[in-house]
Amino acid sequence: MAKGTILIDEDRCKGCELCTTVCPFGLVHIANHFNAKGYRPSTLVDPEGKCTGCTLCARICPDVAITVYREGV
Amino acid sequence: MERKVVFAKPEALTDAPTHYCPGCTHGVVHRLIAEVIDKLGIREITIGIAPVGCAVLAYNYFNLDVAEAAHGRAPAMATGLKRVQPDKVVFTYQGDGDLAAIGTAEIVHAASRGENITTIFINNAVYGMTGGQMAPTTLPGQVTTSTPFGRDVKIAGYPLRVAELIATTSGAAYVVRRMVTKPATIASAKKAIKLAFQAQRAELGFSLVEILSSCPTNWGLNPREALEWVEENMAAYYPLGDYKVIDEVKSLK
Ligand code: SF4
Ligand code: SF4
Repeated sequence: MAKGTILIDEDRCKGCELCTTVCPFGLVHIANHFNAKGYRPSTLVDPEGKCTGCTLCARICPDVAITVYREGV
Repeated sequence: MERKVVFAKPEALTDAPTHYCPGCTHGVVHRLIAEVIDKLGIREITIGIAPVGCAVLAYNYFNLDVAEAAHGRAPAMATGLKRVQPDKVVFTYQGDGDLAAIGTAEIVHAASRGENITTIFINNAVYGMTGGQMAPTTLPGQVTTSTPFGRDVKIAGYPLRVAELIATTSGAAYVVRRMVTKPATIASAKKAIKLAFQAQRAELGFSLVEILSSCPTNWGLNPREALEWVEENMAAYYPLGDYKVIDEVKSLK
């Protein structure tokens, strides 16, 4: 399995939750804090390193808030 | 282990955060257009025309030359820009209030003349910017701020199917309808946008990609429910499909 990770630009995020609906491993969640715009941003919760860098979460994001990385490509 | 970026903001988008509501698919379509422009390497020669409506500020978001047209007149402006600069790639970005109401004459005649331009048409079945009133594309029975009991077709008439209409014009080369509700449908919409731009580059005539989009705010749904509403209700009235693809466009694939 490819290993990957994502970086969420919290200040671009509008907390729409769409990214949380598409991750095959359910790794993207809405955080408990607020960003500068007053939205609760999404956040990656991946303690076991399951993210494959598949990019699905980034592709549905209307605000281009997610950058996706993959290891060893 | 080396870490590579496999997905990032395309160069053809600026860093400006958009004013769109949370979950609004305008942002997705902006990104798809920008990705296609990057992929085709045409950022320096592309001119966009922004509409009046929610996307009125699109010129802040595309990292390329963008002109702003009067309401509904984007295809007329695109016609002029393309005719004096045929080496440029010219596209209009229009919503349903802009294209299918006040701008119906412009879009029909631009297509009919076979203008070598591309239109990205955002159909979200409502006037977004002005507060969610009925648009020509509002579905029968759909509740909007100006049809509080649902659109009554006996009074308000029937929704306009733009892709089907434009496909009847002889000047159209490529006319399709897509939606942007899931990673897979988003990928399909991107392919269509790419083919539309390629058709223009090959000077094959008018191209239009209609995209069924969501307006969570004015529909009173959360972003996820709004995408489900697109799939269940909009795609039922506005079937996805390829309405006109001339042979020369098919051979571009
Ligand atoms: S890149 Fe794929 S696996 Fe990783 S968080 Fe996003 S959707 Fe989940
Ligand atoms: S899809 Fe984008 S804007 Fe929406 S919650 Fe996820 S990162 Fe934030």
